[in-house]
Amino acid sequence: MLRLEPRPAPSRLMVYLSPLLAMALMLVVGMVVFTILGQPPLKAFHAFFIEPINDWYGFGELLIKSSPLALIALGLAVGFRANIWNIGAEGQLIMGAIAAGGVALWLYETTSAWILLPLMFIAGALGGMFWASIPAFLRTRFNTSEILVSLMLVYVANLVLSWLIHGPWRDPDGYGFPQSKLFESSAILPIMLEGTRVHAGIFITVLALLAAGIFFRWSLIAFQMRVAGLAPKAALYAGFKQKKMVWLGLLAGGAAAGLAGTAEVAGPIGQLLIPISPGYGFAAIIVAFVGRLHPVGIVLASLLMALLYLGGESAQMQLALPAAVSGVFQGMLLFFLLATDVLIQFKLRWVPKASAGAV
Amino acid sequence: MSLNAVPPRLELRGITKRYPSVVANQAIDLVVQPGEIHALLGENGAGKSTLMKIVYGVVKPDTGSIFWNGQAVQIRSPAQARALGIGMVFQHFSLFDTLTVAQNIALALDQKQDMQALSARITEVSNRYGLPLEPDRLVHLLSVGERQRVEIVRCLLQEPQLLIMDEPTSVLTPQAVRKLFETLRRLAAEGCSILYISHKLDEIRELCHTATVLRGGKVTGTANPQLESSKSLAELMIGKELPAYQRASTRAVGEPRLVINELSRATTDPFGTSLEQVQLSVHAGEIVGIAGVSGNGQQELLYALSGEQPGQRAEVLIKGQEAGQLDAAGRRSLGLRFVPEERLGRGAVPEMSLELNALLTGYSSSLAQKGWIQYAKIREFSKACIERFNVKAAGSQAAAKSLSGGNVQKYIVGRELMLNPEVLVIAQPTWGVDVGAASFIRQTLLDLSQSGVAVLVISEELDELFEICDRIAVMAGGQLSAAKPVVETSIEEIGLLMGGTHANHASQQRAA
Repeated sequence: MLRLEPRPAPSRLMVYLSPLLAMALMLVVGMVVFTILGQPPLKAFHAFFIEPINDWYGFGELLIKSSPLALIALGLAVGFRANIWNIGAEGQLIMGAIAAGGVALWLYETTSAWILLPLMFIAGALGGMFWASIPAFLRTRFNTSEILVSLMLVYVANLVLSWLIHGPWRDPDGYGFPQSKLFESSAILPIMLEGTRVHAGIFITVLALLAAGIFFRWSLIAFQMRVAGLAPKAALYAGFKQKKMVWLGLLAGGAAAGLAGTAEVAGPIGQLLIPISPGYGFAAIIVAFVGRLHPVGIVLASLLMALLYLGGESAQMQLALPAAVSGVFQGMLLFFLLATDVLIQFKLRWVPKASAGAV
Repeated sequence: MSLNAVPPRLELRGITKRYPSVVANQAIDLVVQPGEIHALLGENGAGKSTLMKIVYGVVKPDTGSIFWNGQAVQIRSPAQARALGIGMVFQHFSLFDTLTVAQNIALALDQKQDMQALSARITEVSNRYGLPLEPDRLVHLLSVGERQRVEIVRCLLQEPQLLIMDEPTSVLTPQAVRKLFETLRRLAAEGCSILYISHKLDEIRELCHTATVLRGGKVTGTANPQLESSKSLAELMIGKELPAYQRASTRAVGEPRLVINELSRATTDPFGTSLEQVQLSVHAGEIVGIAGVSGNGQQELLYALSGEQPGQRAEVLIKGQEAGQLDAAGRRSLGLRFVPEERLGRGAVPEMSLELNALLTGYSSSLAQKGWIQYAKIREFSKACIERFNVKAAGSQAAAKSLSGGNVQKYIVGRELMLNPEVLVIAQPTWGVDVGAASFIRQTLLDLSQSGVAVLVISEELDELFEICDRIAVMAGGQLSAAKPVVETSIEEIGLLMGGTHANHASQQRAA
């Protein structure tokens, strides 16, 4: 029988190997799922993982989807490293989009993109931060669980958006559809790659990547937050400011999600409607963990997760599989990662039945 | 001698056990005669625990053979060891707080028990050996000494021929140690052999017939401890001479640096101890010790002193300033440095390098500037600390958890000392530290007080407190006795204070 034995020291190799192992397991089980659904597994594999990115346009789509995922995951990682669990990035993304969209509608006549777009991004970041400040305040004031509060606020944010586009912000010329006016071109991000939909929002993600890299490595507060995550008693012993960490952890995630929401409405969507995001805020949680809360890992994980989104769409079109297939794959990836992470602290050993019984 | 006619109770021949990074036991030979109290002596990491685990069937040796009453045996599991007649009392008790004495013992026995008959046997055996126990009491109501009795009685019920005791006195008051020794002598007189693991040389000289000394996984000598001096045993153990402590004959005691003012605090832990009206002041240039059996409020006092659990303003004064409401960082900026009892997870982050662990409390000095980490400075700092305090580590990048307990302790003590303390609070300074390093740490504390620092030491080791302190107070049942100058008190008096209040408490609880 197989037995788990504690390793004398955690395996560094496994830290990096575990996400790859989880991916492999996801693929294997995915094949089984395809077969059960009556699809030839190789054809399904091709439709899911190869088809979406075998042309330039598809590659662009991959970037468009991975950009918000990476951006949000970078912001969430700030808090996750300190065990501050903001799982309401989806709501913060919606609030950011509402704030940015509000600016675009309010300054509808402004023709200079150089003025309007920066204003929208500032508003978007503030909108996301405002929504994240609610769990931060409740946690620091009443010791409320930020997990529950941030999650529940996702649904509130969705309802606020729904009310706005059904009511005050509904496009009067929109034949009653629940959506805002299309933004003017001055509120739309320029296309960066010819022949694709890749827009300038990707620069925000690149900037966030650099900022996160510097922050995690050199800032004292990031070190203190890491200590709080690894050894909470040591953080208390050292006298680190717990409240400051909660605020920073939640606001960083909120700002990143708000910026991502802004890039969505100012990018491919170009107006306010429902849905703004296909669950980027939730998928980013998986991205952050698959990426080991490390900036480079997060970028790689965001590409993988984006591919799962595209693959789901492609499987829907080519194989007539339900859209939920994407979610199944995302869930499997996180599930297998949690399982394979056991191998960082433990190793598998084959023990013959007889001697195992004697112990 | 007639002992040679019967085969030895236990004989180990050429026992070797290798771990990936270390050889724990190398070609160990050991002979224990029936009715003999045999000491196994050695520093931390000398291989004592591994050897005992081999005898108790927890660990399998790589090579070597074990003879039990002259027969070659292979001990594959603790259950088999118990069946042979080997009992073991562990250093850390494995008792369930919420169960009764009898239930705990029933759980540890290999066969199913009739509870009433078991209770009767517990009472009978415990009285026969002078270890009074009430089978129906809940374990969390017992003192530490009583808990140890539960473990010993558990072993005695199985009528062992060999009893292994791992550092049994580290948690006992001097009076409880006397009682334990009486019990052990009676057991030995009845023919039970005892393997006694300890690093307390005086006890071994008083109690044991033979001592086997281990160093670095090898046997370095066998001696009759009654014919040796503590000094000569220590030298066998560490392989070199112990330096004598240097302390100045006269010491200038300055102004009070740390004042604890009528500190009372209810504990939130169901098994914790509430503090009642604790009063103490520590002056510049002196070392004050707090003695006491652990679990009498020391933890709670340390949390209140360090600022990890702040309270009322006037409860704690540091250099005359009210500091009771400040957190740990606030008190550190007033000059307080603190070495906690738990090294990994509190005094240091296990997963992080020694360099980053320097930053843990050093961040407010020059190791970080304007919120940015100065990597060159923390490297320099931690290399200096490793060198000055003789920390054995694979370099300043080594993770804290890769070090042995004693070396982590040296690093933490070193870090706090290099951060220029004006008041130092240190808990169990040499707990788990080998003899050589312990004497180094004690000397460092003496030097520190010499230079005008106020030092407060909380320790369970009375010998240590008497060696270095100027005044000693005793913590018992959440109350602190008045601090007495060391020259005006004795180990016996302190021991009585350690046990006295607690016994009162227990009898009150029983009466209630």
